[in-house]
Amino acid sequence: MAKKVFDTASAALEGVLQNGMSIAAGGFGLCGIPENLIAAIRDAGTNDLTVYSNNAGVDDFGLGVLLQTKQVKKMVSSYVGENAEFMRQYLSGELELEFNPQGTLAERLRAGGAGIPGFYTKTGVGTVIADGKEHKDFDGETYILERGIRADLAIVKAWKGDAQGNLVYRKTARNFNPLCATAGRVTIAEVEEIVPVGSLEPDMIHTPGIFVQRIIQGQHEKRIEQKTMRAA
Amino acid sequence: MPWDRNQMAERAGQELQDGFYVNLGIGIPTLVSNYIPDGMDVTLQSENGMLGMGPFPTEAELDADVINAGKQTITELDRTSYFSSADSFGMIRGGHINLAILGAMEVAENGDLANWMIPGKLVKGMGGAMDLVAGVERVVVIMDHANKHGESKLLKACTLPLTGTGVVDRIITNLGVFDVVEGGLKIVELAPEVTEDEVRKLTEAALVA
Repeated sequence: MAKKVFDTASAALEGVLQNGMSIAAGGFGLCGIPENLIAAIRDAGTNDLTVYSNNAGVDDFGLGVLLQTKQVKKMVSSYVGENAEFMRQYLSGELELEFNPQGTLAERLRAGGAGIPGFYTKTGVGTVIADGKEHKDFDGETYILERGIRADLAIVKAWKGDAQGNLVYRKTARNFNPLCATAGRVTIAEVEEIVPVGSLEPDMIHTPGIFVQRIIQGQHEKRIEQKTMRAA
Repeated sequence: MPWDRNQMAERAGQELQDGFYVNLGIGIPTLVSNYIPDGMDVTLQSENGMLGMGPFPTEAELDADVINAGKQTITELDRTSYFSSADSFGMIRGGHINLAILGAMEVAENGDLANWMIPGKLVKGMGGAMDLVAGVERVVVIMDHANKHGESKLLKACTLPLTGTGVVDRIITNLGVFDVVEGGLKIVELAPEVTEDEVRKLTEAALVA
């Protein structure tokens, strides 16, 4: 079997990156984002990227760093309110943006990864999201056709993984990661800890290794976007 | 006296029922979690992938891996479960959530909702709002009745891009509580000392008896 474990994010990305490619990136806000792989893509300078990701990071962290360097041609996201540079580039016409409702984006990735080219949803019916899409009635209710997503590359972040590519996520850092993992033609995972094969409980594996082609152990800052606390 | 933010959230607390699974939007709706009536068992869902949201953490409990849909740090409870965003929206789109309480920029008399975009001005995105209003059984909106220029936000027809059509069941504003019914909005309740005349002056939508 091909060796899946690589030493660094840059090594794991070697031979995979190409200008103009599409990338599905896991994470919600700054939670559970593949921060090492994003930094390595910045360093590689790959450009004209189409990125599928629920959010676009903040100006200096997460996918925001690829916007600063103008490596992104198009974003497909549900919410980008945290990123001033994103708004500037979008409003000046430098960056293409496709808004997907969050559940539609999640299901597009899940469907694409499962070999389902399209599905009907009632989300967005009667809004600009439905413009130009096939409408179909089922049981008296109207639905629109949304397409599954296959990306050239998926980059995901998990808590623990093994050399087989089996992944376990932690708490709300799971979010879009297992969906992106299935939707990549090549999927690279970065984990906080690579553990010995056999040490993950088979019943508790969230992403089976078949979906993961390469894996690295990263260093994670795990920045908090909105630190909110109650009095002790 | 019109209601303030907390009083609107407190009034929205009366919309909860024992055993409900509820999704609260960002802003004033989040405050509703402070007004769950005593003894009532309500489970809060966060659309990024958590069922059973606890309160904000203490400094010692802070965990970057436990956040709500507003990206705020929160805590888990004994009942908590975590899942992917696809499973989360399966709950939402699949009609398994009993109630969503959301903010709004505009609501129309037919229940149309606009809460995600001001063209050419503000680019943020709809997040999960379109899925929530399409899929959740009952949708309650909390919003100011009028903007700062005194112009009604309860309209005959929304002017901003829609989040959903005919999706709002009830509106809680600083002036009172209104239901979307055949032909327009029905006054359910007024805030203390607020008169029907005041409400009529600040409401463009048709008010029906």
